[in-house]
Amino acid sequence: MSAGVPESRPADRAVLDLFAERLTAAHIEVRRVAGGGVAAEVSRVCAEHGVRRLGVPPGLPACWRPGGADVIVDVVEDHELSPAELDTLDAALTGCSLAVAETGSLVLAAGSADGRRALSLVPDVYLCVVREDQIEPDLAAAMAPIATLIKENGRPVVFVSGPSATSDIELHRVEGVHGPRRLIVLLVPA
Amino acid sequence: MSRRQRRVSRGRPHDFPAAAREALEDEQLRANMHRATRTIRARRAAAVAELPDFEELREQARRLKDDALDRLDEVLAQFEAAATAAGAQVHHAADAAAACAFVAGIAADHGVTELVKMKSLATDEICLDAALAEAGVDAVETDLAELIVQLAGDTASHILVPAVHYSRGQIRDIFRRTIARGRDVSDDPNELAEVSRLYLRERFLRAGMGVTGGNVAVAETGTVCVLENEGNGRMVTTLPPVLVSVVGIEKVVPSLDDLGLLLRLLPRSATGERMSSYVSLLTGVTPGDGPREYHIVLLDNGRRNALADPVGRQALRCIRCSACLNVCPVYTRVGGHAYGSIYPGPIGAILTPQLWGMEEHAKLPFASTLCGACAEVCPVGIDIPGVLLHLRARAVREQAPAPEKAVFGAAAWAFGSPRRFAAAQRAGRAAELPLVRGGLVRTLPPPLAGWSEGRDLRPVARETFREWWSRERGPQDAASAPRGAGEPRGEETP
Repeated sequence: MSAGVPESRPADRAVLDLFAERLTAAHIEVRRVAGGGVAAEVSRVCAEHGVRRLGVPPGLPACWRPGGADVIVDVVEDHELSPAELDTLDAALTGCSLAVAETGSLVLAAGSADGRRALSLVPDVYLCVVREDQIEPDLAAAMAPIATLIKENGRPVVFVSGPSATSDIELHRVEGVHGPRRLIVLLVPA
Repeated sequence: MSRRQRRVSRGRPHDFPAAAREALEDEQLRANMHRATRTIRARRAAAVAELPDFEELREQARRLKDDALDRLDEVLAQFEAAATAAGAQVHHAADAAAACAFVAGIAADHGVTELVKMKSLATDEICLDAALAEAGVDAVETDLAELIVQLAGDTASHILVPAVHYSRGQIRDIFRRTIARGRDVSDDPNELAEVSRLYLRERFLRAGMGVTGGNVAVAETGTVCVLENEGNGRMVTTLPPVLVSVVGIEKVVPSLDDLGLLLRLLPRSATGERMSSYVSLLTGVTPGDGPREYHIVLLDNGRRNALADPVGRQALRCIRCSACLNVCPVYTRVGGHAYGSIYPGPIGAILTPQLWGMEEHAKLPFASTLCGACAEVCPVGIDIPGVLLHLRARAVREQAPAPEKAVFGAAAWAFGSPRRFAAAQRAGRAAELPLVRGGLVRTLPPPLAGWSEGRDLRPVARETFREWWSRERGPQDAASAPRGAGEPRGEETP
């Protein structure tokens, strides 16, 4: 957490476990995936949720995209799709810029794998790939890299810490109001 | 008269006691308020208890907000420079009229006749929706609760959950009258939320302009931060080509680290969540992502008045979490509308008169039992009871009617000397004689009748201690009566 000595983050099981625990508590589904297994897991999630059209940022690593002859998912790259075009997608798949364990947050900052903000918002199912070395323990630690992203690159930043939800009717929680109803995090080793 | 009409009628004093009495007679309202506030209280308590260093964090937050307010002009200038450098356009609005005219002007410039709005207290405060309607622009509220309130022709009753005063059945009825007309919608919250989702999605996709408030503004980067759970805020801030944020000048903090601190306190204090589902940090314009044009309106609208009061200014630390509402024995019973302000509850009772004048809101500082529960939960350490007392004194100085001032003046004069005090006691004993029933004075004659409506008075003692003392020891010993036996120090002090 403190500056100076670089920590070996992948070894920090406590942070990793806290992150997974907080995501689960916030109704985010967490799937731990081996390094080479992302594409297969994405295909599986798409099949489970009946996803036919999957939106991805153009910069998404090729090894994360569902592929192969048996895959029926149509992968659509987001080259500034209009809001109406985004609305035809069943799901979106992106990476993130960092994550925060304390609050169970994914931080999207318009990086090449993060995509535009609208991509991870409009489709009803959202998959996000998080590398273990991207997880900061708490908000205090996360603000420094976020400051760099904003100051040096002028990036818009969104913290995603749960599925779209409302408690406006008698404080009864309803998931899936305007943003994604289902949020699935694929946690991969560094 | 609808609530909305009643609440925007400016110019005559707001009568909290009358409004509170009316609210207390509404049993449905009391049941809705009781259930909702009890639930949020428990959630907040659990979320705050999870922070081992809550006291330390709130002390840091108090210092941070005070520091920013102490050098507000400098921090605002830094914010403006950074936001401008990032591609935003920054404007200053001295009052509600200026802010509304500005937003309407942007809509006109772009030929926008319908825009989408995120939940925002600042825009409620300036009655932006009504002003836009007059300019021929339809402002669609997209937060579910704000939409319910808008469709009902009502106003918000809670800072965070504006439709907290409605039950699910009442909301179903509102939808059946408006966006689900002729449809057999049930009162299941899932179904009601789905109705709003479908109604709003169309509007998000075609919107030419979005309007937000701002939870925090960050000077070092010119960033506006907004928190929400539904995703409507992300729709508003990313899909339309033009975006306007109306932000109170007191929301600015120096750095992103400061924002990080407030983000640890705000969601936990507000909804009892570790973090809201979506926190957006809006910094200028990003080509290809989000709006092409971004305007930030920095709103004064009375904030500098409040800043000028050395005690009352701490109310401007408020980050609008609403924790004080949910613990307040007055708010949880009367609900938000009785306060006659977009800012109800304990924080509203100190903010409203300072922002918009004691003339119309002099009764609000008295709308409290001074129990102190609000100060205990405040994440930025606002001493709400202390400010309430301060404002009560101001209300009396500035607003008390002449007869009341005369009565208290006479009382001060009588209490100022033992001789006059004894004479007053003798006079009181004679005057109250016809009023004593069963050992108590239960009703006073006009103009004092109102005062005895909720209180019984003990009559003046048949024989006071000083009278007994002089009877037993003789009047020459009166001067040696023990201190504290009723002898005021300093005969003629006012």
